[in-house]
Amino acid sequence: MKIAIASGKGGTGKTTLAVNLASFLAESRKVVLCDLDVEEPNSGLFIKGNLIHREDKFKMIPEWEKEKCTLCGHCQKVCNFHAVIQLGDQIMVFPELCHSCYACSELCPVDALSMIPQKMGELKQFKKGGLSFVESRLDIGQEQAVPLIAQTLEYIDKNFDDDFIKLFDAPPGTSCPVIEATKDADFVILITEPTPFGLHDLTLAVDTMRELEKNFGVIVNRHGIGNNDVLSFCQKKNIPVISKLPNDRRIAELYSRGSLIYQKMPEFKKQLVNIADYLLKLQEEGIR
Amino acid sequence: MKEIVIISGKGGTGKTSITASFAMLGGKDIVVADCDVDAADMHLLMQPDWERSEDFYSGVLAEVDQEKCVKCGNCADVCRFSAIPIIDKKYVVNKLNCEGCGYCFHVCPTDAITMKEQNVGKWYISNTKADNVLVHARLGIGAENSGKLVAKVKNEAKRIAKETGKQFIVADGSPGIGCPVVSSLSGADFVVLVTEPTVSGLHDLKRVYQLVKKFNISAGCIINKADLNTKVARQIEEFLREENIIHISDLPYDETFTKAMTNGQTIVEYDDANLKNILVNSWEKIK
Repeated sequence: MKIAIASGKGGTGKTTLAVNLASFLAESRKVVLCDLDVEEPNSGLFIKGNLIHREDKFKMIPEWEKEKCTLCGHCQKVCNFHAVIQLGDQIMVFPELCHSCYACSELCPVDALSMIPQKMGELKQFKKGGLSFVESRLDIGQEQAVPLIAQTLEYIDKNFDDDFIKLFDAPPGTSCPVIEATKDADFVILITEPTPFGLHDLTLAVDTMRELEKNFGVIVNRHGIGNNDVLSFCQKKNIPVISKLPNDRRIAELYSRGSLIYQKMPEFKKQLVNIADYLLKLQEEGIR
Repeated sequence: MKEIVIISGKGGTGKTSITASFAMLGGKDIVVADCDVDAADMHLLMQPDWERSEDFYSGVLAEVDQEKCVKCGNCADVCRFSAIPIIDKKYVVNKLNCEGCGYCFHVCPTDAITMKEQNVGKWYISNTKADNVLVHARLGIGAENSGKLVAKVKNEAKRIAKETGKQFIVADGSPGIGCPVVSSLSGADFVVLVTEPTVSGLHDLKRVYQLVKKFNISAGCIINKADLNTKVARQIEEFLREENIIHISDLPYDETFTKAMTNGQTIVEYDDANLKNILVNSWEKIK
């Protein structure tokens, strides 16, 4: 079962939930947690496991071979991303704009643009007790998160069979990286906070999940602050509220140190038990 | 004209609440730009009048004309994004997978594929309760090209600032280090980094600052919730010293942030004591 943890708004508790839920579930089951917030991966700060594998991740970009080129200009014409530009008698490639579609390379009449790998980030796999943890981080200056997220998901598919509960810590927002991180999930948890910003961004996230035709539910974090609008919204839209995590400065303090919360706070653990039950029941019922 | 961009790396550190306070304090001297286009929240605090709105078109997606299609499969073969699956014996474009590269369009022997320009969102120009103009936007669901919409918002803000002789542009950025952040940093004169003393706050601050450095923009930092973890707060201060980042101010862990927001107000309107003073002083330093 693949479960993605997402949120419209940043800082609502995605990582807190992901690391605590994964560690808790791993006490009794096979679990892999995967940090797909490749721009700012944080789960690893809480899961301090042993590194068992690392690899560089590449995207393919064209490389210009001057000797072969006839300067026909076709590459520039077919590139929809302005990543290949002809300037006088030079062809310039802008790797950060390239989407690796291969059009310039394969449509070049004289094979003057071959595709070569360019490093965009790295993937690491850790193990901590029964928990496997995979994170990818995008190199600074690389603008596109989607290709790295896609390759990380391929790695998970290849290395972890269906016996594993797979938890994905998704990036914030509602644009293309979030779609990539959630599109293969069997179930999506949207975590929010009961404030106007939380509600506004939850609304966008719900629209996104409906568009993707996903099964999803909501977890309200920092329950007790703000107002009741998030709960009324969920009720009105028939969205299940899986759990309400308490608002407590001690949680923020534990988080700030990189500690797991459920091991120190029974009231938080109680909520995790409920969340785990909910998800395991979904699994038994065979949601897809 | 000075362009000030507020970013954080990590989400939820208080960027928007702080930016909205600066928008209030700057009043009619500034133009405000909400560059966090895929979760834009600034309008919730600024009471915009949505005076002008325009559709934003950017990028293209493939579409197959079934009448012209001879089912040769060239399009599906060349597509690197598995975006043209066969459904009911027809080649149909999966819009979520399509990157809009147009490779399929070039290899189709019967011109059955057209590349259609996409409406990926809307952008707005509003007058706000702070007696200034807010340029903001809403990205469509799952849309790409958020970087381009950010550029649009910033360019409109610049145009307005120039035409009306404003001194400052204050821009609220998005979390992360990817294309929308790169787009909001380009052309900025000063970056305000909003962080919090948590292991992830520090980690993300360091990463996003590496990006800021590539742009050669000078930066200042506001540590929000500074008393949450004094040990990490000291590590942040150390990092700021090493990197010559101006330490603008510390804000305490305070639920007033949430209360003000729930009231639809900026902090400087809601709070007339400590928090307000710190933000007033911060704004004086930044401008």
